[in-house]
Amino acid sequence: MNTPSQDVWVYVEHPNGVVAPHTYELLGKGRDLAQALGGRLVAVLLGHDVASLAQTLGTADLVLSVDHQRLASFTPDAHARTVRALGESAMPRLLLCGATSAGIDLASLLSALVPVPMVVNVRAIEVEGGRVITTSQLCGGKLLCEMELTGCTVLTVLAGAFPAEAGFATRGAPVESMAAPAALDQAPVHVLRLIEPAGEDVDITRVSILIAVGRGIQRKENLQLAEELAGLLAGAVCASRPVIDQGWLPLSRQVGKSGMVVKPALYLALGISGAPEHLEGMRNAELIVAVNTDAGAPIFNVAHYGVVGDMFEVIPALMAQLRERKAA
Amino acid sequence: MKIAVLLTMVPDLVEELEIDPSGTALDTQWLRYVLSESDDHALEQALLLKDRHSASVTALALDYGDAEQALFTALAKGADAAIKIAPVPPGGPNRRGAAALFAEVLRRQPADLILTGVQATNDLDGHLPGLLGGLLDLRYVGVTRSVEASADGGLVVQKEYPGGVAAEISLPTPAVIGVISAPQPPRYVPVARIREVTKTRMVGVEAAIAVDPQPAAVIRRLYKPEPAGHATMLTGPPEQMAQELAAILEGRGLLR
Repeated sequence: MNTPSQDVWVYVEHPNGVVAPHTYELLGKGRDLAQALGGRLVAVLLGHDVASLAQTLGTADLVLSVDHQRLASFTPDAHARTVRALGESAMPRLLLCGATSAGIDLASLLSALVPVPMVVNVRAIEVEGGRVITTSQLCGGKLLCEMELTGCTVLTVLAGAFPAEAGFATRGAPVESMAAPAALDQAPVHVLRLIEPAGEDVDITRVSILIAVGRGIQRKENLQLAEELAGLLAGAVCASRPVIDQGWLPLSRQVGKSGMVVKPALYLALGISGAPEHLEGMRNAELIVAVNTDAGAPIFNVAHYGVVGDMFEVIPALMAQLRERKAA
Repeated sequence: MKIAVLLTMVPDLVEELEIDPSGTALDTQWLRYVLSESDDHALEQALLLKDRHSASVTALALDYGDAEQALFTALAKGADAAIKIAPVPPGGPNRRGAAALFAEVLRRQPADLILTGVQATNDLDGHLPGLLGGLLDLRYVGVTRSVEASADGGLVVQKEYPGGVAAEISLPTPAVIGVISAPQPPRYVPVARIREVTKTRMVGVEAAIAVDPQPAAVIRRLYKPEPAGHATMLTGPPEQMAQELAAILEGRGLLR
């Protein structure tokens, strides 16, 4: 690997042909970091027919763009090997990726291919006298870790760590079109098709009251309790990943990194610990109420109101109260 | 098809986590370990492939925590062989160190398909499957919810994208796949069956040899967070908390 520059690169994600809000968060923070390090902020835009997306990347000093049919939909193989090729002339000091489905794949593969260090689930980045210090979240948010980075390092950054407004621009940046690596023509990893979530179910992104259940619901039959509460409040039931993985609710009800991002008027979280992947999907709800038996559950750090208790005692009592008030 | 499933032990988050005196690592003395949840799904995915395609499944784990128990459980569920990689430090190496150790064993015992969980709760310096893909220079896809063998000897996987969308991706073997979930929940195996397996089956041992030391950032401090914000906690018996909560919802105009 060659000596890194002091540049900061941001990997641009653009699902459905639109720059992801998370990318603007990285660009905003990247602007500060590039200034502190004395380097440039570079947006790395890979895809096919995506030149127009550069029009909102003006926070960057430069857009490095690679256009190739094999880059149209994300595969770790094609995207990581293309970023590695871009870095052959000068690796950046930092490459910022989202802690997303694409970002974690790209960053892990790239960091071993080059190889360079990697730090995951970053929620803060500072420059202290030329040294870069990151803070990562681990163990479901129960621990934080401060890391000191020396050379070129790949980071995956948690959604919501930095404001997106600071990175959004209504102007473009100079675009440098780079050739795709020759090997991309023969790349053996292909996206065959995209599978959209089943459309016949409730669209939880449009429901104003969500009753969310997590591992604490214990068994499928207990979902009835959440359904009853949702019925009383004219809401819908959604869930965190473990409930979906059990097959108790369809994928279309999943809230979090791989599921839906929701912003309801009320998000009532029952038995959800609050892993970062879940918080990513609901932290902007207008009112968050959490019921959990663990007083140390990270969900209480984002909730407005919290109840430490057994949902199987609290929710029937709440339903009785709601019925009384509605009858009155 | 030869399938290798890599199992990682992670701290049990139900237990209290303590930092050791160095302030840079977990105190492993009383730490309880459990199998990483997505690795359990990776094992289930491997066993589903075995059921459908006569694949052979070998489970591998670094020898710390209750790794041996996890390996015997894998055998009880249907894995054909189990291997522990030893010796390793009491809490296991960091993720890049783990990737290097697994990579060396997999060079000696190649597999057509390497399955492991896409991430673990204590990941800090990388995620195992992507690192392995790079170290072994194999094709890699992560965050998958389904893996199928295709007629041409390759794989078709479903990778999760944001918003509930998935991409169906084809790739050749050998490959590394990072599993987020299997198409069905991990199968249950009775304790009695695991006990029986511990008496009748063996866990093999491979030497822990890392030939690919990986660059890693330096840990300055590991600590428990001070909550930046915290919920207003309702207290009292369930009926009292329910009453307060109902009043809050009513006050916000959320009762219809």
